[in-house]
Amino acid sequence: MKFARSMVLVSNDPESLRRGAQQVYDRFAKEIAAHGLGEEVALSQISDAGRFDTLPMVIIYPEAAAYGPVTENDVARIVEEHLYKGRLVEDLLAPVRELSGRIGWLKMRKGAMPAEKRIVLRRAGRIDPESIEDYIAEEGFAALAKALTELSPAQVIDVLEKSGLQGRGGAGFPAGRKWRFVAGTAGPKKYVVCNADESEPGTFKDRVILEGDPYAIVEALTIAAYSVGADEGFIYVRGEYQLAQHRLEHAIEQAHAYGLLGKNIMGTNFSLELHVHSGAGAYVCGEETALLESIEGKRGEPRARPPYPTTHGLWGKPTLVNNVETLANVPPILVNGAEWYRQFGTPSSPGTKTYTILGNVNFTGLIEVPMGITLREIINIYGHGMKDDATFKMAQTGGSSGSIIPASLQDTPMDFESFRKAGVSLGSGALLVCDERTCVVDLAKVLLNFFRTECCGKCTPCRVGTERSYLVFDQISKGQANLEDLDTLLKLAEQLEQVSNCGLGQTAAVPVRDTLKYFRAEVEAHIRLGVCPTGVCHLTRESAPAHSMA
Amino acid sequence: MLKTEEKDVIAVVETAIQKHGSHADALIPILLEINHELGYLPKEAFHAVRKRVNAPPDHMFISDGRLYSLATFYHMLSIDKPGRHVVQFCESAPCHVQGGREVWQALQDELQVHPGETSPDGRWTLVTVSCLGACGVGPVVVIDDEMFGNVTPEQLPDILAKYE
Repeated sequence: MKFARSMVLVSNDPESLRRGAQQVYDRFAKEIAAHGLGEEVALSQISDAGRFDTLPMVIIYPEAAAYGPVTENDVARIVEEHLYKGRLVEDLLAPVRELSGRIGWLKMRKGAMPAEKRIVLRRAGRIDPESIEDYIAEEGFAALAKALTELSPAQVIDVLEKSGLQGRGGAGFPAGRKWRFVAGTAGPKKYVVCNADESEPGTFKDRVILEGDPYAIVEALTIAAYSVGADEGFIYVRGEYQLAQHRLEHAIEQAHAYGLLGKNIMGTNFSLELHVHSGAGAYVCGEETALLESIEGKRGEPRARPPYPTTHGLWGKPTLVNNVETLANVPPILVNGAEWYRQFGTPSSPGTKTYTILGNVNFTGLIEVPMGITLREIINIYGHGMKDDATFKMAQTGGSSGSIIPASLQDTPMDFESFRKAGVSLGSGALLVCDERTCVVDLAKVLLNFFRTECCGKCTPCRVGTERSYLVFDQISKGQANLEDLDTLLKLAEQLEQVSNCGLGQTAAVPVRDTLKYFRAEVEAHIRLGVCPTGVCHLTRESAPAHSMA
Repeated sequence: MLKTEEKDVIAVVETAIQKHGSHADALIPILLEINHELGYLPKEAFHAVRKRVNAPPDHMFISDGRLYSLATFYHMLSIDKPGRHVVQFCESAPCHVQGGREVWQALQDELQVHPGETSPDGRWTLVTVSCLGACGVGPVVVIDDEMFGNVTPEQLPDILAKYE
């Protein structure tokens, strides 16, 4: 890495590329050279500038000036004015008030915007995701070096357990304990698997980590393999994430070339091979046993548990499966220590959490903040309030399988334990914020349609339960249901929860339950009065309610 | 997307197997690659894959049925020949509450195709998908390999006009 007085970062996520970011980049290279600034100015591409309305974006340091949207024709002026004469090109700056939470580090400099605490996202958007030198310069592979040369596998797991890191895929299982389970199994062959099949609607945190900082996952998975005694690993990336797959493959290739992967890593006698495995479009493959089935070349149907993957995983061998965000937390914990990590978040849920903010707020995007922040704070600070000053009605956490959070719970600290006590779940960190114009029946219908489509069909309670629940909500939305149908829904929800084989069926009951728990009056208005209070549903009720589903 | 007639199925299968190997864990990547090349998985492709992976040196025991069961399980694999352009619409909640419902109605009106069907002139195939991982820019429409975010009903005619 060479030292430069100015650094120009051009966004090159798929949307920016679609809008001509490559041409902008090429033009910068040309203009910088034409002005003879090649030695003083570093130019690189970043995965994602953190906002969507002004792509392609160009960020220039040290001024932290964010320009956008930048067209090819603007480049000459930016180089001439900003880089050559040292003056901001005011009219091309992206409006500050619209900056999303995703570039908090930039806002911090200006002192005008809320800061984030970035641990897993600290490099995303700051380094060139295809340059291993950039990664190494930013503390990359320091944790691996420490683990391999200073710590025994058991000591690595000790640090992880002390840090209190919990799985970020949704369940919140203590990561260190899981590692210990796998480390404790006998047998020469074990696997480590990174679950990057992020298919929960509304969640794209893992995509940003993979696209912006792919080496972090390679490093973390290598540490995991060292700790549990595995010599082969898979990164299962959902099929839609082509760019992430490409970046990971490139990262693995480069790590090999640098002796950081493959045989005798860093000259020690530890060896590891990693493979990127593409998914093919199936939500249920995010369930760890379905994911393992899919790697084995089968339909992604979840296995019966126990036995758990920690003892009988891929090809029947002990397997450690961790989510992307969980793994991304591991290297900084090892470098800085468990105590350092525990200073963030709450005592029961240490660390930070990434959230995707979506729906009827002024700014959507991805943020990383300490555990324990409240929903109200996220909406008001990072989401910049509700769109059109509408009233907050509810939020849905963690994609389809999360909970519905009514306004009464928006001051509950967002950590695993507080949410569990309040009877809701944090899920994967997607926050779909809905205002007063959202109809709960309509929303529940969309959620159940998702589950009935994505159900793998292996077990009956889920296959039939999701379909029937959907049909009941469909009837309600048409004004053709009876009050008894609500009892049917609750019965179906109970069956889904109690006897489904995997998490998909179990969580399919959650939107049904939550809707009836918090918004029963609104649902009943559809049935009793034949009215959709928000005016979203088109009720076609005739004089008497039609035949019920029950 | 190229039509099957224009590409030699056997050659495509061979390339995919060369690239991914012929172990069991390569089956889905192989099918994905073939699907991407041909637009769908024709019967001949199943035969060719089966023959190839069951032969030495791998000697797997894979039936056409096993491959068919994979092709019908995963959304990104298809056994039906698509139209010239495949339009994918995300119908998940985040897109839905950000105006997706109106876009979906407009999309069906514009294309005159029901979800899961191909237009009579073979120009469009319309499918719904669960999530494309671009929820920050919903509603999202993907046409072939190109993604369009923050779509409004008014933009649709212009977007669709680019595809013949």
